[in-house]
Amino acid sequence: MGINAIAHLAAGLGAGLIILGASYGIGKLAAATMEASGRQPEVAPQVRTAMIISAALIEGVTFFALVICMLLAIKS
Amino acid sequence: MRDTLQHVAVSVAESAKQMISHGASGHDEKFNFQHLLDHVKDSRTIELPGFHIELPQIPPVHLGDFVIDLSPTKHVFFLLLCAILLVIAAIAASRAYRKTFVPHGFVNLVEMLVVFIRDEVVIPNMGPEGIKYIPYLLTTFFYILFMNLIGLVPYGATATGNIMVTAGLATVAFFMIQISAIQAQGLKNYLMHLTGGVHWGLWIIMIPIEILGLFTKPFALCIRLFANMSAGHIVILSLIGFIFMFQSIAVAPVSVLFALFINMLELFVAVLQAYIFTMLTAVFMGFGVQAAHESHEGNH
Repeated sequence: MGINAIAHLAAGLGAGLIILGASYGIGKLAAATMEASGRQPEVAPQVRTAMIISAALIEGVTFFALVICMLLAIKS
Repeated sequence: MRDTLQHVAVSVAESAKQMISHGASGHDEKFNFQHLLDHVKDSRTIELPGFHIELPQIPPVHLGDFVIDLSPTKHVFFLLLCAILLVIAAIAASRAYRKTFVPHGFVNLVEMLVVFIRDEVVIPNMGPEGIKYIPYLLTTFFYILFMNLIGLVPYGATATGNIMVTAGLATVAFFMIQISAIQAQGLKNYLMHLTGGVHWGLWIIMIPIEILGLFTKPFALCIRLFANMSAGHIVILSLIGFIFMFQSIAVAPVSVLFALFINMLELFVAVLQAYIFTMLTAVFMGFGVQAAHESHEGNH
């Protein structure tokens, strides 16, 4: 296989792994938020704010890795 | 709600028309991903419905070894456009307050956002001393918001989709974080925090690590904003590019529907990313300010 083919393959596999990790983390986050909101509805807005902040931070790290994948895929 | 859907549908149709006009200008038959990326990248032409505007080329400036190319590009034009719009909006909003204390319409929206930033973002994170830094944080929020939203308008370009623009914003954030920490703690305490509170024998190791740690936070801000904005546009363009990849009209309804959905998501992401950038800058500034409180409590 040529170098370009391996690079594209790596980019695709990397994107799949990234989405696995990110969605697992953010899914746990959403589950914890919903549980907390169900137990104590008064704090639901604060919990929701903290959830959005944490989700944005996790997505920030996801996009680091995604940029690396894009660099692999675009380099030709 | 229906107006938003119509507006978004029109913007999707416009971007499809753009791609058709590019594809019909005699390019190769095969679908080229690089060609799609040209819509997200910087360029020297501004596209308007029906014609191009070629931006002027200023001869490069030589500063010794450095060659700086000062000619304006599309993203530079949109940076300036958003800055002018921001100044106009801010002046109009503040003028409206001379007539009445209860605002209506556009000024009401601006007041809602300003009060939201002040009461939910700055004061909880930075305490009462944060009021000094509200102008900078408000400017950051509204500037990024305008740049993100103008990118979703037909024929608009997202300036924050350029890593140099977000790097500039993150650099300013870096300086503001250090300045707020120094102003709250004093220069000596700030430098002491850089050592991390270990024995002086370990300083030679701790100080480079701490200095590196200073840079990771704005770097993450930069990459987060850049990747969120450009990834959204690439997804929209790819979905519409499916039509050209499969060369059939049957893909069009599915493709446009998905692109519509992603466009609505992009609206949400545009506002959210502006908020996240501002809030994280406020949080990082708040770390410096709170460290000042800790050291004061330790001394008393």
